[in-house]
Amino acid sequence: MTKKEEMKTLYILSALGVIALLAEIFKFKKFLLPLVLIGLLGAIAAAIKDWNTNIHYYSNMMSFDNYAILFTIVLCSIAFLWFLTSQGFFRSESSKSDHYALVLFSLCGAMLMVSYSNMVMLFLGIEILSIPIYVLAGSNKDSLASNESALKYFLMGAFATGFLLFGIAMIYGATGSFDIGSIGTMLKSPELISVWRGPGGETLLYVGILLMLIGLCFKVAAAPFHFWTPDVYEGAPTPVTAWMSTLVKTAAFAAFLRLFMTCFAQTGSVWMNIIWIMAALTILLGNITAVYQNSVKRMLAYSSISHAGYMLLAIISMNEHSAGSVLFYSAAYSVATISAFAVLSIVESETPRPEGSQGNAPSPFRAGVIDSFIGLSKRNPLLAFAMTISMLSLAGIPPLAGFFGKYYLFTSALQNGYVWLVLIAALGSLIGVYYYFRVIIAMYTTPSSVSPQGGETKASHPSPLGGELEWGAKLALLLCILLSLLLGCFPDMIIRLI
Amino acid sequence: MNTALLILLPLIASLLMLLVKPEQVKRLALAAAFIELLLSVYALSKFKINAEPQMMVNLVWIQSLGIHFKVALDGISILLVMLTNVLVPLIILSTRSAPVLSPEGRAERGAVFYSLILLMQMALIGVFTAMDGFLFYIFWELALIPIWFICLLWGGENRARITFKFFIYTLAGSLLMLVGLIYVYLQTPAAHSFDIQALYAAGKNLTASEQTWIFWALFIAFAIKMPVFPFHTWQPDTYTVAPTQGTMLLSGIMLKMGTYGLIRWLLPMAPLGVQQWGNTAIILSVIGILYASIIAIQQKDFKRLIAYSSIAHVGLISAGIFSLTVQGLQGGLMQMLAHGINVVGLFFVVDILFNRTGTQELSKLGGIRNVSPWFATTFMMVLLGSVALPLTNGFIGEFLLINGLFQYDVYIAGIAGLTVILGAVYMLRSYQKIMLGETNSLTATFIDLSFNEKAVLVPIVILIFAMGVYPKPLLDIAEPVIMKIVAMIKPM
Repeated sequence: MTKKEEMKTLYILSALGVIALLAEIFKFKKFLLPLVLIGLLGAIAAAIKDWNTNIHYYSNMMSFDNYAILFTIVLCSIAFLWFLTSQGFFRSESSKSDHYALVLFSLCGAMLMVSYSNMVMLFLGIEILSIPIYVLAGSNKDSLASNESALKYFLMGAFATGFLLFGIAMIYGATGSFDIGSIGTMLKSPELISVWRGPGGETLLYVGILLMLIGLCFKVAAAPFHFWTPDVYEGAPTPVTAWMSTLVKTAAFAAFLRLFMTCFAQTGSVWMNIIWIMAALTILLGNITAVYQNSVKRMLAYSSISHAGYMLLAIISMNEHSAGSVLFYSAAYSVATISAFAVLSIVESETPRPEGSQGNAPSPFRAGVIDSFIGLSKRNPLLAFAMTISMLSLAGIPPLAGFFGKYYLFTSALQNGYVWLVLIAALGSLIGVYYYFRVIIAMYTTPSSVSPQGGETKASHPSPLGGELEWGAKLALLLCILLSLLLGCFPDMIIRLI
Repeated sequence: MNTALLILLPLIASLLMLLVKPEQVKRLALAAAFIELLLSVYALSKFKINAEPQMMVNLVWIQSLGIHFKVALDGISILLVMLTNVLVPLIILSTRSAPVLSPEGRAERGAVFYSLILLMQMALIGVFTAMDGFLFYIFWELALIPIWFICLLWGGENRARITFKFFIYTLAGSLLMLVGLIYVYLQTPAAHSFDIQALYAAGKNLTASEQTWIFWALFIAFAIKMPVFPFHTWQPDTYTVAPTQGTMLLSGIMLKMGTYGLIRWLLPMAPLGVQQWGNTAIILSVIGILYASIIAIQQKDFKRLIAYSSIAHVGLISAGIFSLTVQGLQGGLMQMLAHGINVVGLFFVVDILFNRTGTQELSKLGGIRNVSPWFATTFMMVLLGSVALPLTNGFIGEFLLINGLFQYDVYIAGIAGLTVILGAVYMLRSYQKIMLGETNSLTATFIDLSFNEKAVLVPIVILIFAMGVYPKPLLDIAEPVIMKIVAMIKPM
């Protein structure tokens, strides 16, 4: 067993991060992208090799079971697509290798979060994931908004981690263990727990669970702990926002579900109702607020909040389908979101900033308002098509991946009798159609048929988006379209794995 | 012969459209639609008249959820598939290659246009042949996307707002339907299944109050699509704003998705619900008939007038179906076919008028009969079919429908029968305004039908009379299935 005690995927990812740092010294920054892409594929291959082995690593700190492997594959694929689409972010030569390294280290953190079996590892994973992202959010150093975003994210993140850590401490106090498996068995047979807990141990445990719940809800941006999201998402550079709203969300939900499924499943009465209310709130707030957004980036921020609400459905359903539906949903959602953000960042870069604001005025983010999408189908059909597919998928229109994601979530919640919650979720997704379709309509409207103030936007970028996309972005967009369709047409491929 | 081919062919063709040169697109689309028609004629020739679904394809699609790709043709399906496949070539043929009187900013009708039409055809055939609840839902939604894009890209004024309303409306309906279907699905025996027979069995065993919920969930979805009063508010605007081909697809075929859904899914799945609430549905439909007819009489815009007349016709179809008699269902089916053919003809007439004169307002037209005899004759014949003159297809349908309603309730049949009179009023009145009288500056130079236009209208006229004179084969094909469905609702 000692020989097998190595987690190849994690090693590969960390090594990639270190190599990225070395690239600065040894001057091979040019080859960084292909190297990272190959490395990610290698990591996926290594993960697949461990399929069904279910090994526990590092004295049972982590267990690389099928759940962890599948989520790792999803995370690495997200990273793969993200690296392809985000070359614009790495344009500045001076910080290129730092950015690569930061992103890769946060990926390592995400991997810890999906495969932990000990609460300490959960905590470490969250920190390793978050700290690079605090830096990345502020990576647009000249922009006030970016700095604000980084600071806000850091403060809120630190706050949430505080809650989480406090919760872990309390649970340790009650049960004497950090291991989620053994805490789970203890909670199953409460007579065992009496050995461990001191006076008031039960209260300690419940308070701990609630604190952890709050900490995690901060991370997944569920209402009412979502207030940081729109500002942070809007201020950060668009590729970083894409990273936050796909990879971070997937990892956080995987961690969330793993904790509550294996560990706290027996104490459902404590937190089920809370999550019920939070899910309903998140879905309604996210969707309704998104309707009023003019900036596509902010709209996507609110939409990502609402998607977190849908995924909460899987956590209260707590049945054999939960893991599959979260996996599928996060994959479908991430694919669509990555391509949406990729298109957005290309459109943003083509829209000149209005005079007067040097990019440091926090409020009027002219670039990326819905009006800047007007006529995109003429200017660049591929971009418009990719955006259409991802909007349709996010809106949950069959036969795209997003529809099946919702379908799985809703049916498994219905099976557990949450009829009202499902109705709220269905209503939410109907509202969602409204704002997603606004973007589509804008793209297929021609400039001349727009109202006068829209006409001004048109005049400001007369130069059509040249058909020349970078090969990476093109490939990634095509992959995203293909994946959205494939996942939608053959959802069974993924679902039956878990 | 298998049914999946009928679905696959338009899909492949619609993808191919995007690869060919712009000038060949229409020809290729037409060829594809024509091959599809031949294929369905072949299917019809192999069809054996009985109540069983035939030429079935049954593949496992999503194992874990009991979802199958199960498509088949039975007596009802094959007639609607035929309708779709007859109309789509005509609709493609009716497209004018040059953008006509195009307000600035409309997209060119290129490959995408035909590709969307063919995609729509694929989805429609899927809807009419699906024998799995989930598959039905997927195709149902899939049909919405291409038509929405057709209306959004090539529609008239205010298209963004109007088509959006249409989309949200129908999507809300279909979500309700999905919830209803899932509810019944969860009642099927463990390792649930969406198979149509399993859903029928599970639906039948529900309590009356559960069936009430199922009834309303499905009925509202179908009622929005048809549309039945009071769910019709999206329809007149959308029909008016959509490009001609879009309107033809919407009214000629897509509307039948709703009425087909009633027969195939609603009646057998919630028999108690239907018995309890069918009366309400009939009353709503009859209100719709009167309401739409009266509005149609007052319309000044010919396209809008036809849109309202469509609400009246479909109201009669839905009332006849809910009479739960064999005649009512038969009549509903016949009228679905007849209305599809006639309304496509009528909307094409509108298109011709608008193309020549730039207007579709009744008061501005007149005297066209004097200058273009071909147009006058074909228009008259299509119109006669639409007002249900004996020996036209409209007559068979309406006669059977009213007959069915008569068995249900004499008074309702009487009121619903008014549609025949009111229909004659608004249709003949508009014929008079458009075609008779003196020519004016707009109509004096009216050019008679071109070859292409004849190629669309003449087949329609032939169909109108052929179906009207000898409807027996059509009635025979559908009869066994309809008997079976009626027997399922009324176990006597």
